[in-house]
Amino acid sequence: MGGIQKKKFERGAATNYITRNRARKKLQLSLPDFRRLCILKGIYPHEPKHKKKVNKGSTAPRTFYLLKDIRFLLHEPIVGKFREYKIFVRKLKKAYGKTEWSAVERLRENKPTYKLDHIIKERYPSFIDALRDIDDALCMCFLFSTFARTGKCHVQTIKLCRRLTVEWMNFVITARALQKVFISIKGIYYQADVMGQLITWVVPYQFSHDHPTDVDYRVMATFTELYTTLLGFVNFRLYHSLNLVYPPKIDSKAESELKEDHEEDYAMNSESYSEKLAALSASLARVVSTEEEDVQLDQFPAEGEDMEKMEAREKEQKQLEAQKKIFEGLKFFLNREVPRESLAFVIRCFGGMVSWDKSVCIGSTYDVTDETITHQIVDRPNIDKQYINRYYIQPQWVYDCVNAKMLLPVEDYFLGVTLPPHLSPFVEEKEGDYVPPDRLKIMALQKGEKPAQEDEGEEEEEEEDEEEEEEDEDEEEEEEEEAEEKNLKKMEEQRSQGKSLQVKVTAGKVKAENRARLEQEEKAEEKRLAIMMMKKREKYLYDKIMFGKKRKIREANKLAAKRKAYDDAEKAKKKKARK
Amino acid sequence: MEERRGNVQNIEQRSEMKKVREKTQKKRSNEEDEEDQFFNSKPAEKDDDDDDLSDSEDSVYSGLEDSGSDSEDEEDEKEEGSLDDENDDDDNDSQSQQTAVKKSKNKNAEVIEEKEKKEDEYEHDTSDEEDIRNTVGNIPMEWYKDFPHIGYDLDGKKIYKPIRNKDELDEFLDKMENPDYWRTVHDKQTGADVVLSDEQVDLVNRLQKGQFGDLNFNEYQPSVDFFTKDVMIHPVTNRPADKRSFIPSLIEKEKVSKLVHAIKMGWIKPRRVEDDSKGRYYDLWANEDSSLLAKHRMHLPAPKIPLPGHEESYNPPPEYLFTDEERSLWEQQDPSDRKLPFVPKKFSNLRQVPAFPRFIHERFERCLDLYLCPRQRKMRVNVNPEDLIPKLPKPKDLQPFPTTQSLVYQGHSGLVRSISVSPSGQWLASGSDDGSVKLWEVCSSRCMKTVQVGGAVKSVAWNPNQSVCLLAVALESVVLILSPSLGDKQVISASERLLTGQQEEGLSEGSDPVVWSDVEGEELNQGIRIKITHPKAVHQVTWHAKGDYLASVMPDHSSHLQVFIHQVRRRRSQNPFRKNKGLVQCVSFHPIRPYFFVATQRSVRIYNLVKQEMTKKLQANSKWISSIAVHPGGDHVISGSYDCRLSWFDLDLSTKPYKMLRHHKKAVRSVAYHRSYPLFASASDDGSVIVCHGTVYNDLLQNPLIVPVKVLRGHTITHDLGVLDVKFHPTQPWIFSSGADATIRLFT
Repeated sequence: MGGIQKKKFERGAATNYITRNRARKKLQLSLPDFRRLCILKGIYPHEPKHKKKVNKGSTAPRTFYLLKDIRFLLHEPIVGKFREYKIFVRKLKKAYGKTEWSAVERLRENKPTYKLDHIIKERYPSFIDALRDIDDALCMCFLFSTFARTGKCHVQTIKLCRRLTVEWMNFVITARALQKVFISIKGIYYQADVMGQLITWVVPYQFSHDHPTDVDYRVMATFTELYTTLLGFVNFRLYHSLNLVYPPKIDSKAESELKEDHEEDYAMNSESYSEKLAALSASLARVVSTEEEDVQLDQFPAEGEDMEKMEAREKEQKQLEAQKKIFEGLKFFLNREVPRESLAFVIRCFGGMVSWDKSVCIGSTYDVTDETITHQIVDRPNIDKQYINRYYIQPQWVYDCVNAKMLLPVEDYFLGVTLPPHLSPFVEEKEGDYVPPDRLKIMALQKGEKPAQEDEGEEEEEEEDEEEEEEDEDEEEEEEEEAEEKNLKKMEEQRSQGKSLQVKVTAGKVKAENRARLEQEEKAEEKRLAIMMMKKREKYLYDKIMFGKKRKIREANKLAAKRKAYDDAEKAKKKKARK
Repeated sequence: MEERRGNVQNIEQRSEMKKVREKTQKKRSNEEDEEDQFFNSKPAEKDDDDDDLSDSEDSVYSGLEDSGSDSEDEEDEKEEGSLDDENDDDDNDSQSQQTAVKKSKNKNAEVIEEKEKKEDEYEHDTSDEEDIRNTVGNIPMEWYKDFPHIGYDLDGKKIYKPIRNKDELDEFLDKMENPDYWRTVHDKQTGADVVLSDEQVDLVNRLQKGQFGDLNFNEYQPSVDFFTKDVMIHPVTNRPADKRSFIPSLIEKEKVSKLVHAIKMGWIKPRRVEDDSKGRYYDLWANEDSSLLAKHRMHLPAPKIPLPGHEESYNPPPEYLFTDEERSLWEQQDPSDRKLPFVPKKFSNLRQVPAFPRFIHERFERCLDLYLCPRQRKMRVNVNPEDLIPKLPKPKDLQPFPTTQSLVYQGHSGLVRSISVSPSGQWLASGSDDGSVKLWEVCSSRCMKTVQVGGAVKSVAWNPNQSVCLLAVALESVVLILSPSLGDKQVISASERLLTGQQEEGLSEGSDPVVWSDVEGEELNQGIRIKITHPKAVHQVTWHAKGDYLASVMPDHSSHLQVFIHQVRRRRSQNPFRKNKGLVQCVSFHPIRPYFFVATQRSVRIYNLVKQEMTKKLQANSKWISSIAVHPGGDHVISGSYDCRLSWFDLDLSTKPYKMLRHHKKAVRSVAYHRSYPLFASASDDGSVIVCHGTVYNDLLQNPLIVPVKVLRGHTITHDLGVLDVKFHPTQPWIFSSGADATIRLFT
């Protein structure tokens, strides 16, 4: 034996982690400051693999930070700023207590501030990293920009959020980056493809918020502080990538169009420009004015298969381009009851022209009376004065068109018509998932098939039925076999008991040997036998996976059954109505 | 009271003064007003002085402070104010001075003035006759109620009350008749009634209204500043500037030096330049540094929020909406258990969609997740379940093995506990709980013979020797040896010979627990030849491969008499074990070598019969062994157990099972090896027989390959019992199984 006795918890996992309180003490920060620092620096707790080892034998629930992370925080200049601020508050309080107003003023002037630029750079070393993480920033900024200018947080923050989100929307419009839109009961989801990154954000509906009491707004404000900085830098970079002027300016040509006599009606002079930007109706000024040119794929000399591939790619590219311009040449007019900002944003993203009533918002470009308007978006049961040469449609049409990447037939979206269901574009159907029939309809439309009105639905149903039947077939056949066996058994019994059978020769049925079927069965049995030979652990895993799969199938079946019941009920109703 | 009295007094004085003034006015009509007033003031002042000290003091300052004095004093002020409207601010002294100056200025007027002054004073003095001043002072006059006098005048003479005191009636009459009654005032000090003149009444009225007593007094005189607002060339005072105004201040110097020191020490910072760089954006990633990336710490990016599905839509397809059941279930569930954190809703148009009440909550929870939620890298098992299935040779390639049920042997009325196939493969014997042993022809499923043995048959075993045709049957506590007399005559006679040859030697032993006896009569006709009576119930019989030895098992916890080995030819029995090693379940002979396998509850023991010692003990890792079977090669043993397992032992490898197979759902009742094909089978209470392919290689280095090839079903489960026994055909890849449903089935 001999040697130095090893002590427990002096090496290994226990030394790599640190509890929150110890981390706080090490950094000499109060809990709110520590929280803020963690938020800004993106430090989060880690779940150790062996919690008991790290927790020195105890099983008490604790949060652990990586010791390296905390050491990394030690050298953060912003910690010093926090301390300065603490001192500043203390001094200010003292001055107030002594009613030394000059001192208060002096202190106020020297209020310590900090910048987050270096943190952004450190957390997101490359621009793509920043883009990848911008989802939450966008959601938060969009939420904050809808807050009332009183109460929950500084007006400056709200204004900044609004500015940044407007900049972002303007960028998405100019870059034509929007891909999917989804109206959910929570808000409107948007998904854009910016530099190959799919960015999703949600915008709440334009209602005043009922501020909950169990939410800590300080935490949200700290996040917003970080996110506004991040979003600002990202916007800057994005604008420059498109040769746009940052901060955004309205194109001079568009500006002259926008010029109106009574701008003062909408906003104060100081705000009217930002309001005009926020109206999203005008294009932005570019650093280098360029006419839009079609991006041509470079032609490489290629042979055979490569050539085909190239052609296919080219075709795809063209298709994508076309999808980006689905509203090109259409002129929309928004009635006052539809969500203006969302619709204007979506329509402009896909190349449409949009306007609204002058009294709704600044930046309207043409009037209701314009004869060239092709679509008027209305969300009321009926409208008195209708122009002949335009469609009066409900707002869902726009969103559905975007998701379907084509112009859908307008008939389903006329005023007072029961709208077809609005489906989520984010669901990607895998094999075995339930696909709503409405989705199938749209997919058929995309493929270019003509909808056959009423019959189609029935056909689909039939198809479904067939599928179900197929599913059932296995069971049925098994049942058949069983029945046969039973018959046989009966006969055997009768024979053994010596009873005289009512002998009757019936023409034997020729049993069609379904070879494929037999093969399948064989395979299934093979598999079953192989499963028997699995190791215990693998078997467990396998069972788990299979259970999950089965559950999925069960859920899909349940949905299908529900739909069928609903459709049947609808049909019955229709029939009744006809009678 | 006093005040009033004082008032009255003053009024009197006033009246006097007025009179005087009138007189003087008459006299010097051409004189200036100022002077007139000035002169008039003098006697009045004196009067006041006389009145009382406190009053006089007031009056000294009365000219200075207009507002501060009482109403009494105001009267005095009026006169004084009128006196010195020019020099309001100065003292009495300066006043007198000025007057003196004035006097000196106009001398000619002065002479006359002086004369007049003298006259005035004189007059004033003479007018004293009426002034019957009471000198008693400020006392309640009730004290003089009982005296005829009311006080004393200046000379010390009594002042007498008026002679006739007015009574109430007089008073009333006076009131009614006298037109001046309203202006008659009773002077308490003198007891006389005084009638006020018009001026006096007027004065009283004015005072009551809060106006100045003097009619002529102008309240709103234009104010004249003493100092002009214009800057004059000359200073007000001609005082030279102090020296200290030319010398730097020490105190200030001290203060400045303190500030300088504080700045030097960094205690006071210069005013911060407004830093407007905050909120100004620039190209942060202008020079992207890949080294920074490498330096970056281990980072687990937060997972993104899952994207919404169809059910979150404002207008979802109808199948995604909750039914009433689902909704009530959702409401009952704990929020953490819910599959969806919200209830799907359908709105017929966009304008009806309300705000989502938990929007801020959700954002906040996301924030909390981002900075509070511990993160851990978890390896997601991304396995194709197909890959988990082991790659086994296809059963098709491992043929032949029994696949289909081809024959059913029916005839028994009780559950068939045991079956046995003759070594030729032509006959099948079965023993059942209905007390009969049936002999079947395998190919035709015909029952050739039924032997009623009179008791539930536990076990039947066909003699493996091809040259004889004998069947051992275990029931209750006896083992019967049957000669079924099937097949060749030669064989039958050979077996008869075997049985009869034993007879003589069997008689020699007497005190054995096992009794050998011949059978006579009816039973003999049925084919039963020998009856071996055991002390306890026999559960199993099994033959040695040579067909001469026979082992029987009587499971018993407490005794060492559990296994007997019988030699048929010599009709001899022996108990190989002296000690009880646990409940014996079943036994088996080694097919080639002189080994004997004994399966107890947990283990299988292997004894060398020649050396008479235990060679091996196999741990079965199961709770309760039900049956064992030995591979025809003799190197492998399988054992089935009641806890659904089948263990394969490789005797050369280890005493632990080489493989545990848990194919059955219920207790394994029986296991069997095929004599020539690499097959083994297990029968279980779940009604299935599983046939496995178990290749045993001659190469010792290669482990046997076990592949399940077929699950045979056919038996129905009765009383929770399925298949009770399973046996292979000795030459064909066929398998027989007997079940609790009183049938025997052949699978080919």
